[in-house]
Amino acid sequence: MKITLKIWRQANKDAVGGMKTYQLDDVSEDMSFLEMLDVLNEHLTLANEEPVAFDYDCREGICGMCGVVINGAPHGRYNSPIPTTTCQLHMRCFKDGDVIEIEPWKTGSFPVVKDLVVDRSAFDRIIQAGGFISVNTGSAPEAHSVPAPKRQADRAFDVATCIGCGACVAACPNGSGMLFTSAKITHLANLPQGQPERRLRVKAMVAAHDENGFGGCQNVGECASVCPKLIPLESIGQLNRDLFASLLRGDGKAIAGS
Amino acid sequence: MSVTYKSSPSAYFTLGDDIHDTKAPAGPVEKKWATRKFEAKLVNPANRRKLTIIIVGTGLGGAAAGATLGEAGYNVHNFCFQDTPRRAHSIAAQGGINAAKNYRNDNDSVYRLFYDTIKGGDYRARETNVYRLAEVSTQIIDQCVAQGVPFAREYGGLLDTRSFGGVQVQRTFYARGQTGQQLLIGAYQALERQVAAGTVTMHARHEMLELIIHKGRARGIVTRDLISGEIEAWYADAVVLATGGYGNVFFLSTSAMGSNVTASMRAHRKGAYFGNPCYTQIHPTCIPVTGEHQSKLTLMSESLRNDGRIWVPKDPADAEKDPRKIPEEDRDYYLERIYPSFGNLVPRDIASRQAKYMCDDGRGVGPLVTEVTQEGVEQQRRRGVYLDFAEAIGRMGKKAVETKYGNLFDMYAQITGEDPYETPMRIYPAVHYVMGGLWVDYDLMSSITGMYVLGEANFSDHGANRLGASALMQGLSDGYFVLPNTINDYLAAGPFEKIDESTPEVIDAVNDAFDRIDKLLAVDGTRTVDSFHRELGSIMWEYCGMDRTEEGLMIAIDKIRALREEFWTNVKVCGTNEDFNQTLERAGRVVDFMDLGELMCIDALHRRESCGGHFRRESQTEDGEALRHDDEFAYVAAWEFTGDGQKPVLHREPLKYEAIELKQRSYK
Repeated sequence: MKITLKIWRQANKDAVGGMKTYQLDDVSEDMSFLEMLDVLNEHLTLANEEPVAFDYDCREGICGMCGVVINGAPHGRYNSPIPTTTCQLHMRCFKDGDVIEIEPWKTGSFPVVKDLVVDRSAFDRIIQAGGFISVNTGSAPEAHSVPAPKRQADRAFDVATCIGCGACVAACPNGSGMLFTSAKITHLANLPQGQPERRLRVKAMVAAHDENGFGGCQNVGECASVCPKLIPLESIGQLNRDLFASLLRGDGKAIAGS
Repeated sequence: MSVTYKSSPSAYFTLGDDIHDTKAPAGPVEKKWATRKFEAKLVNPANRRKLTIIIVGTGLGGAAAGATLGEAGYNVHNFCFQDTPRRAHSIAAQGGINAAKNYRNDNDSVYRLFYDTIKGGDYRARETNVYRLAEVSTQIIDQCVAQGVPFAREYGGLLDTRSFGGVQVQRTFYARGQTGQQLLIGAYQALERQVAAGTVTMHARHEMLELIIHKGRARGIVTRDLISGEIEAWYADAVVLATGGYGNVFFLSTSAMGSNVTASMRAHRKGAYFGNPCYTQIHPTCIPVTGEHQSKLTLMSESLRNDGRIWVPKDPADAEKDPRKIPEEDRDYYLERIYPSFGNLVPRDIASRQAKYMCDDGRGVGPLVTEVTQEGVEQQRRRGVYLDFAEAIGRMGKKAVETKYGNLFDMYAQITGEDPYETPMRIYPAVHYVMGGLWVDYDLMSSITGMYVLGEANFSDHGANRLGASALMQGLSDGYFVLPNTINDYLAAGPFEKIDESTPEVIDAVNDAFDRIDKLLAVDGTRTVDSFHRELGSIMWEYCGMDRTEEGLMIAIDKIRALREEFWTNVKVCGTNEDFNQTLERAGRVVDFMDLGELMCIDALHRRESCGGHFRRESQTEDGEALRHDDEFAYVAAWEFTGDGQKPVLHREPLKYEAIELKQRSYK
């Protein structure tokens, strides 16, 4: 099929960017969206034009490295019948003659590096603030010494599947990173091993979230609707409950490392 | 079966001295690790922060080692080419992680896991390393549970386990079909905790381009900042490579697109021996190729083989029929037929090769693809076999199948546009894992003093074939428990002499990195980097894939040499170094893949036996099974680089089996 692409081109983080139009005449419906961009880049290279920079790695929807806004929706959610990452979106979701707009995540906390590539290191800093259980290697007790109720363990797993792609922030009108932050809070809060640091963790991570320039959450819900891993909006409710509980208690000092 | 060989090995390599692992202590295999830990020299906790360790890679091995060495108090610098350490491709492992917990009370033990791993590796792994792997496996599960890894649990709140390819006990711990993701995030969180604590400095979007060796010791690396193009030298007392596997030498593989062999090859060029490069694992359950544009292949966990049944039509004429309408008697459940006791759970190499044979025989399913055989004949073949859940859905109900395999079925549906609950999936083997890697001793130190290699990047634990659910085990074993107990033996002599940007070895390494980039940018030819990579991949797949021959491998070596020559005169790399330049990144990686591909073919050529994932057509039993030649080849092939265009030197490390008796593997 034939596709018209309008792609955000920006030389570097300080440059002024703009949309540029390309025609692609040899798109197959079996291609993934990123394979379609590969084909474009092969053409551009041979025409002596600079290829479009975009992030990718696993191309099986699990590493979280890829992610662009397609026709206004992160990961092309409006074009896909099911939640997806950009790499798992296939061209069979489009039809001959379509015009596709491709832009980077546009939000202040993820500055553009080049073209469609952004800097998401702010997510790492939220995890550094407390998204872990403080257990040094070698000091763990026997795995079966602490049973974990299956329903809660399953709940922990459901949110632990977050891939840190950043689509939630890109979709949010406030540029909030609350879905990402709450996924980690909810994951660790539902396991017995996560309890000792539970209240410190939520305080520290929410503080880091705010310090890194993410906006506040107003329960719009766009985040959960584009999440490729179906992290539910309720996890933000869990975060809020935990945060409220932590403010009423004065557990300990700062969390380890922060 | 007698074999006639045509090539003269001397045309491709020369034979050097045998080598030996000098670090595993004497005594019974069960005592070696405890003895080694006791005998290793220690570093006083107060001195650790004066010692700098560079770790390249943040997968299970690299992140686990970074976190653990940071906790111990060393000054750790960790590098990865991705935008954050959480992306490393360990994240894509689906099935599970083995551990000899014997929670199922089904005769499992450390010794059995050790035995299964040696046997699964077709008696080409080093006994001492494998025993240690089995021994620390139980601690890995404890550690991960304590970190909050949400493993699957039973209603009583205890951990669930399942059985996995090639073994008859249920020792595989899992987190739905995303075990690798959960283990990696656990290690990543531990690493970030150390970043916050200031013991680990993280350098994301940095790619290692050279190793710095000073007075015989690995003392640093040269990196390229992938955003600015800046070339920087970093200094340390020890260097650890945890850079993953090189399956992308085949272009199409289940590896991440960025997975590469550059760090390993740069070290190889400076003296690190490359162990068993030809040992490649071809995974039987991947989604078949759809066309020329294909950029990668997607694996579906082989846990699917626990309940799915693999078959092809008995009659090639049925290939295009709706599989649901083909009656039972016209189906060939070939693995159940040939291997009645293991059935669909035979090891990966056997399952893969049988799928290839069925398709070679004209009984494959799916679209016809045009291919050129090793003999140079163009033919059309269907490259797919059915993986059928109809029986399992009937037996367990759709709901139970969905609970167990739902995410895999969804993934299949998304990629192929077909519903696997309704119609059988089509699968075909794809390159998945490499058992080969840089040679290391029992301490995981390479042949370069002070350089260690972890996880898939080293050669040590899986012999000629890796068992399912053992890669995660090895990565975490190396990173959490082995390296942090061996590297101290070396670092006890440090800190070493100070080096800086005026040290000649540093200047040389930096200049080498610049030279290579300048050379790549200067060619300005007419062919894209990817087109060279694709061509290399198709050479490797055809001649150095599931079925290898003397003649084919010699053809492949010639083809790769010609391709390399064309690359350096005709490749087109756009842009400049001082920019975010993904084409330049890929070009550098393809250069190293071409060198590696040649070395793999030479290794495959010299190993005139079949073992594990290395199947030489000339060496098979009367029933077409892999035939080893223990009298000639019970050794690790460790290759030494001697210069571009020069023959590599083969060093053999004889494999000594003291605890386990060598047997011809049989899964019948």
